[in-house]
Amino acid sequence: MSTETMASDSLELKPGMAGFFDDWSSDQRAFKGVPWGKAMMWIFLVSDTFIFGCFLASYMTVRMSALEPWPSASEVFALSFGGAPIPLILIAIMTFVLITSSGTMALAVNYGYRKNKWVTFWLLFATALLGATFVGMQVFEWSKLILEEGVRPWGNPMGAAQFGSVFFMVTGFHGFHVSIGVIFLFIFSYKVARGHLDNQTPGWFTKRGGNYEEIEILGLYWHFVDLVWVFIFAFFYLW
Amino acid sequence: MDHTAEGHEPVVREEEAIQHPLGVYFKIWILLFVLSAMSYAVDYYQVQGYMRWFLILFFMVLKAGLIIAVFMHMVWERLAMVYFILLPPVLLLTLVAIGSLEADWTFFQRGVYFLKELIIVAPTAPHH
Repeated sequence: MSTETMASDSLELKPGMAGFFDDWSSDQRAFKGVPWGKAMMWIFLVSDTFIFGCFLASYMTVRMSALEPWPSASEVFALSFGGAPIPLILIAIMTFVLITSSGTMALAVNYGYRKNKWVTFWLLFATALLGATFVGMQVFEWSKLILEEGVRPWGNPMGAAQFGSVFFMVTGFHGFHVSIGVIFLFIFSYKVARGHLDNQTPGWFTKRGGNYEEIEILGLYWHFVDLVWVFIFAFFYLW
Repeated sequence: MDHTAEGHEPVVREEEAIQHPLGVYFKIWILLFVLSAMSYAVDYYQVQGYMRWFLILFFMVLKAGLIIAVFMHMVWERLAMVYFILLPPVLLLTLVAIGSLEADWTFFQRGVYFLKELIIVAPTAPHH
């Protein structure tokens, strides 16, 4: 009798806190019903959170301890389209581009699980193009700051020298993440279009059969990149 | 009690769980647009002081929450994974606390150093 209840208990996943303790105290795996690739991506993203967290915490530290006034991001990143300069307009557009790409990515994941190959492909492709647009605008932003404003990692004409080092480090590392994401978005739009996920074709590197779960895992990475930008936008550009 | 009516469910039911209606994604998408526009408005209309900091953090937390909860499917995950992901980053607050203590001390030291240079060294410049 008691063994019977135990057997049925172990098959059923409990909700809420009871489920939390059950999952973590169970054998073999704590993350029930989650593909291992997704769990691994989350572990990577948590570690990446710490990297960006360290960057932002050190940014706070150097900004608080700077004697010279911190340059006003609102003015530094203003852009003029013929008329008066609009404050921070380039960064605002970059934010909207990244949010749009996050939306198309979320839809791509959804259509992937519906096994709708071509809608998934076009959404992934659109996400990749939007991501590439973001990187392109960042290249423009960097070159404008380096060539026209004279910002260097060790100093700038507007104020505290730490502004440059924080700017290049934080936006550079974020831009690197976006670039990697764009590469993988193009790879996966190719894989979707060629039917690799439908036919479970083994990947060239992992040799694992393709699966639409991979789109969700890629989506987690892409949303994380957008998430980091939310914090950079708030702390570096708006603060 | 347990949902005995559902009987023995397979442990892995990812594909069923993931069939969320599309509407929720569009709603969150629009909300993210509106929130971004509002946080940009904070700078555009040059809101200053505590109100600026409050609004920046408020919109930031809302945006981050929506992205994590819906776009990254956190509301549909089991608590075992939710806590594993959301709790460790809280430790970063210790780093922020240490950093701000350190920064205050550095700022104070720099102030003392440059003040000394200004008051004592500068008037007697040819001293050494």
